Amino acid sequence: MRELSLHILDVLQNSLEAGASKVTLTIEEDLMADRLTITVTDNGRGMDADTVTKVLDPFFTTRTTRHVGLGLPLFAAAARRCNGDLVVESELGKGTTVRATFQHSHIDRAPLGDIRNTILSFLLAARPVDLHYVHRVNDRQFEFDTADIRAELGNVPLSHPAVRDWLSEFIAEGEQGIK
Amino acid sequence: MPKLKSLEDLKRIREEAQKDLKVRLDTGTTITVGMGTCGIAAGARDTMHAILEELHKREIDAHVTTVGCIGMCSKEPLVDIEQAGHPRITYANVHPDMVPRIIEEHLIKGQVVEEWVFGRVTRD
Repeated sequence: MRELSLHILDVLQNSLEAGASKVTLTIEEDLMADRLTITVTDNGRGMDADTVTKVLDPFFTTRTTRHVGLGLPLFAAAARRCNGDLVVESELGKGTTVRATFQHSHIDRAPLGDIRNTILSFLLAARPVDLHYVHRVNDRQFEFDTADIRAELGNVPLSHPAVRDWLSEFIAEGEQGIK
Repeated sequence: MPKLKSLEDLKRIREEAQKDLKVRLDTGTTITVGMGTCGIAAGARDTMHAILEELHKREIDAHVTTVGCIGMCSKEPLVDIEQAGHPRITYANVHPDMVPRIIEEHLIKGQVVEEWVFGRVTRD
């Protein structure tokens, strides 16, 4: 994957498959500590201890449509080649947390990339899921929760074309503000 | 947290959208983009972005959604177009530069772009 935001989209899709109704995505860029931390926490069905040990194995998947599961192994490889790591914590019936860390300035660290379209792609999933998004760059922060947006919209879905366009601009402005 | 500064916009959108919500949900066009690991790695996010841009540019109202891997990873990005009363058409290996033609011919002129079709499901 050429951008970290593509790995993020992949992990967000896992949360969706796990039946989550609420997902929190936190991106923390601490330039003093030279650290980039990406955390995805969901309230999906979670995994037992045995399954958690297998998720970084590319030849393990819960799918029946194919025999490999490359999402998390690729993300872990990306983190580890940048003096970082990827950790998965999960509890059956409670949810899962995936945390990837990177040396921010590492030459091999892919750019964060198009986070706006990652979030939009996730929010357009057929089943509505709420996203709490936090992006921190040193002491500046952009944060929103789609639960607040949904409350304003009533029965109009996030996928409505007018809302879609609004979200796209809203995220672009927020990201611009913390650059 | 910076307050959602355009909440007023959302209220306006809500009022306008509610007028035609039922019509849209019942009879509209739905475009589905495969967004599993395979789709993402093949560029599905950019394809979806191109679809949204093209719809916006041409002022076409269509529902756009995503789905996980359906097992045909080598054909990603896969794009499905469903319209009431028409067979569901699946286009394979859809890259952003192919999107304008699909929107133009399939959605506007009602002609399926046969050379890019990978699958077709007829509902009765």
